[in-house]
Parts: sequence; structure tokens; C-alpha cells
Amino acid sequence: MAGRVDIRDLSFGYTDKKEDSIFSDIHFSLEPGEVFCLLGPNGSGKSTLLKCISRVLTPASGSVAIDGENLNAMSPAKIAGKLGYVPQSLVSAFPFTVEEIVVMGRASRISMISSPSKQDRGKALESMEKIGIGHLARRPCNRLSGGEWQLVLIARALTQSPRILLLDEPTSHLDLGNQVKILEKVGSLSRDGITIIMASHFPDHAFLHADQVGILKNRSMAVSGKPDQVLTEEVLFSTYGIHIRVIEVLDGINRKICVPVLKKNESRGENP
Amino acid sequence: MHIQGRSNRFSPETWIRIFMVVLVLVVLASLCLGRVTIPFLQTLKILFSPVLSLEPDWSETTYSVVMDVRLPRILAGLLVGAALSISGASFQGVFQNPLVSPHILGVAAGAGFGAALAILFFDNIWMIHLISFLFGLASVAMTYALSRVYKMTPVLMLVLSGIVVGSLFSALTSLLKYMADPMNKMPAIVFWLLGSLNHVSFKNLLITLPIFLACMAVLLLVRWRINLLSMGEEDARSLGINTEALKAVIILSATIATASAVCISGIIGWIGIMIPHIGRLIVGPDHKYLLPISMVIGAAYLVAVDTIARTALTTEIPIGILTAVFGAPVFAFLLRKSQKAS
Repeated sequence: MAGRVDIRDLSFGYTDKKEDSIFSDIHFSLEPGEVFCLLGPNGSGKSTLLKCISRVLTPASGSVAIDGENLNAMSPAKIAGKLGYVPQSLVSAFPFTVEEIVVMGRASRISMISSPSKQDRGKALESMEKIGIGHLARRPCNRLSGGEWQLVLIARALTQSPRILLLDEPTSHLDLGNQVKILEKVGSLSRDGITIIMASHFPDHAFLHADQVGILKNRSMAVSGKPDQVLTEEVLFSTYGIHIRVIEVLDGINRKICVPVLKKNESRGENP
Repeated sequence: MHIQGRSNRFSPETWIRIFMVVLVLVVLASLCLGRVTIPFLQTLKILFSPVLSLEPDWSETTYSVVMDVRLPRILAGLLVGAALSISGASFQGVFQNPLVSPHILGVAAGAGFGAALAILFFDNIWMIHLISFLFGLASVAMTYALSRVYKMTPVLMLVLSGIVVGSLFSALTSLLKYMADPMNKMPAIVFWLLGSLNHVSFKNLLITLPIFLACMAVLLLVRWRINLLSMGEEDARSLGINTEALKAVIILSATIATASAVCISGIIGWIGIMIPHIGRLIVGPDHKYLLPISMVIGAAYLVAVDTIARTALTTEIPIGILTAVFGAPVFAFLLRKSQKAS
């Protein structure tokens, strides 16, 4: 299974005017199984970029190619068979069960006038087991916690048998335990050979297991490359506007971590 | 608002079969009951007399009551009940909102205006059906055109445009009522708007039947895909669905089915909003089962209510009044129940 991604000169704006563009001239390439971590301040267009890559939104110009095949020339159903998109969150007006939601990932392989077959249901069960939520199959989705929802959405994307998985802030609203569980799942999927593009608010996620990191800022990809080289204290300051120390932790962890430095007079709150 | 999951006592397929049996019983009871009560066995014999050679033990009048008066009316009740319920369930799915009724896009208001216009100028049953049908479709076309932005039709814009178009046609209908002759035409308009299956004949049904069946068949064919739209358009697109086309197919079929229902029966409220709720309590939210069971329950319910409408008092009660009188408390009960469950 391959999964090479080439993104060339991708631009998007909600109107045709140049000055209204959300971002322009984005380009990067990923080898099969690589993890790309997309960072950037709030409102910098991370979600919009992911939606453009997955064709939920149509880019103004540029191209996305998977294994050399340009998505511009592909039907939505064919794209959904190569590329899975996991939204930040999803709300359902109706209490579908987890298995009913997960099997929806098969939609692009089910004809207009039929419903999921036994094989489709089998595939849904398989990906629920893989993600470790088999026990939730009959649970109505209005009784899921935030972490469970995120796992359900990942399981649903896996039923598409994707080569590429796009995740939009998969750990937002989750407690630390659930954050790490999701990140471990993402890591194991990349080891299975799925190429991953993940938007995140935490530079630490990039150090954790990203092969490449990109920072989206001022309508373009400010920097991209290997996390150790890209995420310097200067770059983090110019991205988030606060001082962040990057510290290397040894002791068997062997990873860099980010530590925000608070301004002195604000660090203790109101009380002396 | 959240609604509890399905009842687990039987599988969805079994529930659909159970309600089909209920439907047959309701139809048979409705054939027997009325100004004259006809014995059950005799009714059955009359019903099968065109296909089986049976010795007639009934009078001409009894035969005519069953076959020419009650049967077409019951058929109309089945079609209208099924069409409003399946359209309601489909609209609720597409609009991601369990409180939506099939009249949301202004069909009823448009069809009502068309009917009032036809009563005023033609007073011919065929013209009433035709013009009200056309105005029902025209009002939804207006709603659709009004809600187009950036080559897309967002659901919220559709709903708001539906309200605008609906109130425009309601106002125009009021204008026609005000202008109409108060002795003659005005009561006819008012009575038509309250809803009734009184003026349906086999001939009318013959023309509307294929339209009903075609629309309901389309909705049944694409019914699993309504699940996808009910998760939101953006989400459905990310799963590889051409949402604009799918939405257009569903809205068009549900609209034509609703317009056909309104043009032969007048405005019958509450069914399209209440029956899908009952269906969801029984088989859960999966539209694969929700659409068939809503059709079956809706058909049985409307025939039952129509039987009450023509038997309870010496004069007939407009059916729209009855469905509202029954519908409001039942819906309130369902709301309370679903709130407690979640």
C-alpha cells in the first residue's frame, strides 16, 4: 500500500479576490507512512487547509496528488476511497448507534440505492476492534464522551481503507489521558503505512512523533521541515507571541518538550 | 434535542411486519364502520367479489357504500398518510432536525393558495387538484431559488426562505378569503384548508397514484443515504457524497409527494412531524427502517383518524382539526418521554 502525497501551490479563498485569500501557495510532500503535524495560531486556516486537501472545500488553485494521481480529476467517491477525513467534532441530531455511524464510512463504496452489506458491516466491526471501541458498538452517539467520539470518527475513517488520514485537532477538548491515547493510535496507524496529516494546537505533538511539521501563518506555510530543526524558540515566539523554552528531556524519554515562560508579574495571579 | 434509541423488544424488520398487520386491520375496520355498519364477513366478501365468484347476499346500496364510497376514501387516506409521514421523516433527516414538518418549505401554504384560487375561479374538483398541486411545487421552487448562495443551498437558508415564502402565500390566501363571496365560496375555501378526504374519487386517485408511488419509491431507494445527510452536509461530502444532487433528489421527491397529498386532501397537519417521532422510538433513527415504518404507521393512523372524522358526529369533522387535536398532546407526551430518557 502506497500513500505518497504531493501538494503543489494550493490556494483557497471564499471569494475570488486575492486579498481575501485564506492561504496561498502551500506545498509539501510526504512519503508513505509519514506524519505531518500542522501548527499555527487560531484562525490561521489549519482546518480550511485540511478541508481543501480532502476536497470538502474546493481549492482556488493548485493540486493535491496521491501516488501521482491528481485529485482534481477524481470523483468525490474515488477520493473518499483514498483519503479519510476526521473532523474536529461532530454533532448528530439523531441518536445513531456507534456501529451505524462507523459503517457510514463505507458510503463511497455503496451504490446510491442500496444500504450497507454484510461485508460493509464486517469492515466496520473490524475497524472498531482495531481502534479498541468494539464494546461501544450498540451505544447511542448522544451518550459518548469527547474521547469516545473522536475514536468513533477515526474508526469511521478507517472503514474507507484510506492511504491518507487527515485529522483536524484530534485531541482538542480531551483530557491528558485521552490525548495521549489518540496520539498513540495515530502513531500506530502511521506504522501500518497510513500517511497522516494532523492539525494541532500543541507543538509538543510534533516532537512526539511527527516526521515533518509545518507552521501556517499569515496566509502561507511559514516554515516546514523536521520538528527538531523547525521548532526553535524563535519560531515558536513568532508563531504564538509568547516565550516558549524548548527543553530536551533525556532519562529514557529522549524527546524535546515545550515549556511556556510566563511574564514575571503575571505568574502569581492577584494575591501576593 | 435528543431522543432515546430504539425499543429492543423486536428487530426493526419484525416491527415493520407487526405494523403492516395493524394497518390491514385498521383498513378492514374502516370499511365496516360508518353511518351504516356493515358486518365484517359481508365486507370481506364484497371486497373480494370482483376477483372471486361469490353468491351476492348484499344489497346494491351496501356494495356501493363499501366499494364506491369507503374504499376510495380509505385508499386516499393510506396514500396521504404514508406520503406525509415518509416526507416528514426525509425532511427531518435532510434538515438534521426532528422538529421539521413536510410543510417546512412552503408546500402547504402554496397549495392552499392554489386551491383557494381554483375554488374562487373554477369550482371544479380537477382544477382545484391541479392548481393547488402546481402552486405547491411553485412555492418550493421559489424557496429553493431564494436560498441559493454561492451555487449551494445551505439548509438554514432553505428553512428561512421556506418561512418567507410560506407566509407570503398564507397572506395571499387570506386576501382571497376576504374577497370571496361569504355565503358560498368562502366556506368552501375554509373547509378545504381544514383538510378532508371527502371529495376523493377513484378517478382522482388514478391520476395521483403513480405520482405518489414514484416519489415514495425514490425516497425508499435512497433512504440509507439520508443517514449521511443527517450528519451534516460537510461531513457527508467528506465521505464522498455529492450532497447537492442527493439533497435535490430527496427534497424534490418529498415535495412532490407532499404536494400530491395536499392537493387531494387539503392541509392535514401534525402527521408528518409526529409519525416519524413514533417511528424513531420503535426502530431507532436509521432511515433504512425509519422510512418504511413511518409510511406504514402514517397510513394506518390517517385511515383511523378519518374513520373517526366521518363517524364520531352526525356531520363530518374536518380531518385537519382532528389530527391537530390528537397530534398536539401526543407530541407533547413524546417530547416529555424522550427528554426523560436522555
